[in-house]
Amino acid sequence: MVIDTRKLQSEEDLEPMIEVCDKIHNIPKFENKNHEIKWLWAEEFKHEFPMQEPDFLNDRLKHMSFLTLCNHCEKAPCVRVCPTKATFKREDGIVLMDFHRCIGCRFCMAACPYGSRSFNFRDPRPFIKETNPDFPTRTKGVVEKCNFCAERLAVGKMPACVEASNGALTFGDLDDSESEVRKVLRSNYTIRRKPALGTGPSVFYIV
Amino acid sequence: MLEKALTGTKKYYGWMAALLAVIGVGFACYLWQFSFGLGITGMSRDVSWGFYIAQFTFLVGVAASAVMVVLPYYLHNYKAFGRITILGEFLAVASVTMCILFIFVDLGQPTRVVNVLLHPSPNSVLFWDMIVLNGYLLLNIVIGWKVLEAERNDVAPAGWLKPLIYLSIPWAVSIHTVTAYLYCGLPGRGFWLTAILAPRFLSSAFAAGPAFLILLCMIVRKLTKFDPGKEQIQSLAKVVAYAITVNVFFFLCEVFVVFYSGIPEHMDHIKYLFVGLHGQGALVPWMWTSMILMVVSIILLVNPVTRKNETVLVVACITVFVGTWIDKGLGMISGGFVPNPLHHVNEYVPTLPEILIALGVWAIGFLVLTVLFKIAVTIKEEVAGLA
Ligand code: SF4
Ligand code: SF4
Ligand code: SF4
Repeated sequence: MVIDTRKLQSEEDLEPMIEVCDKIHNIPKFENKNHEIKWLWAEEFKHEFPMQEPDFLNDRLKHMSFLTLCNHCEKAPCVRVCPTKATFKREDGIVLMDFHRCIGCRFCMAACPYGSRSFNFRDPRPFIKETNPDFPTRTKGVVEKCNFCAERLAVGKMPACVEASNGALTFGDLDDSESEVRKVLRSNYTIRRKPALGTGPSVFYIV
Repeated sequence: MLEKALTGTKKYYGWMAALLAVIGVGFACYLWQFSFGLGITGMSRDVSWGFYIAQFTFLVGVAASAVMVVLPYYLHNYKAFGRITILGEFLAVASVTMCILFIFVDLGQPTRVVNVLLHPSPNSVLFWDMIVLNGYLLLNIVIGWKVLEAERNDVAPAGWLKPLIYLSIPWAVSIHTVTAYLYCGLPGRGFWLTAILAPRFLSSAFAAGPAFLILLCMIVRKLTKFDPGKEQIQSLAKVVAYAITVNVFFFLCEVFVVFYSGIPEHMDHIKYLFVGLHGQGALVPWMWTSMILMVVSIILLVNPVTRKNETVLVVACITVFVGTWIDKGLGMISGGFVPNPLHHVNEYVPTLPEILIALGVWAIGFLVLTVLFKIAVTIKEEVAGLA
């Protein structure tokens, strides 16, 4: 996935994408910040790219909001540490979760260097505004995160946030040199989060 | 032999009843956690492991430290420790029991715990931790029990026990090493990402465990007719003295590397623990207390005059135990999670029910420990013709 942050200037630009993701994936809203569940959210540059912030960063980037989600890492630490294979990598590179197998040990949360994972500290169901019957709700005690809309890809649709992005997000197969993402990557300078860790994030940012 | 645990003095029954009461409270809180979810604890999206996992980490150390009495006796033929190896092994049994319970109460979906066996994942350190912990528990139960039985019947322990005893020595080291690997192999967690984490864990373990064993020996001497022995206690005290010194040394090595290299991702966690970060520093007084306690204990233990004075020794052992407990049972885990990977500072404080559940697990450990020690000591008294 490539995120063209030039086309997403303000927090309002991000909202429709976050909203649609929350809605179709039955993400609950909690008062208590400790219990928060987040798949797609906004962060400032210094939090999105900690230790990558140049001194004297220009004002636009400094105060801008960046989309934050699971990077579907090529060498995903969360997959490596999971003791039950509840977190696994699909052939196509997408990192998925089996909510019925997860024992809630939260090893994957400690392992993810991007804070992409959330844990259900309590039953989320009473806190979902409007349940989408086409996507499973979760129980207490399991971990979850962005699934690159695997359920939509399966029926030939693009991820919901990509669809709602007005062209700011590009999604496709990174291994296919003729794909749309690769074209965008060829013609733009992009950065990734914490590249030095060797996890190989699949989400690229044009800044 | 189990029947020995059923009879005792009024004090013994009183102590057991008190433990059962604490267990009862802890269990009630656990039922609440079981129905509500881990939301009753202070853990969060950012600090996703808390008090439970910290207690687990500390207790793996106490369990591993049994090797400090087993090794001198069986490998170096240091006869004096023959009197107390059983106490070390039974302490290990009680500690590992607590470790396993702490992991269990930390699970979000405890009823699915068998998934670890149904879908074995050798790439996960947690999988290996489960194997080494359960193996260690089994080894110590079998060895402790069989050796004690032989002592009671006045025969030499069975031949097949020897290889198991030798195996238990590296196995003890392995449990704490694997536990350290849970943390130190994670990219992006600067506080734990250090090759010296396992050695640090071991050194603090070999200080805390034997210190606790000394205290237990003194209690046994006071309450029963069995005397673990002055020489034994002094030898253990030397082990504690070296281990706690090495532990502080390792910590200073860490501090040097982190601050001389000046890499922010590594510095920020230690800063958070010792001076606070972005105005947050709930653990600052605790961490300094821990450091002071460890330094005081080094002075008391290295100096032979103070070490040989048993009253001072008791104080020193308590200092070691509390100091290392704060370091590992409070700072080590939350310190690694604050600041979080996105560099937000969200602190963690355990809640009351969380602490009560933890106390309940500790009480179960003490119950197991009391029963095992009662059996061991009664048999020692019988053999010595004291009872
Ligand atoms: S971003 Fe985190 S959760 Fe997503 S694949 Fe990478 S390590 Fe796993
Ligand atoms: S919490 Fe679930 S997904 Fe994460 S490591 Fe444990 S079992 Fe795997
Ligand atoms: S890819 Fe799908 S699941 Fe992931 S953030 Fe976008 S909408 Fe949400």
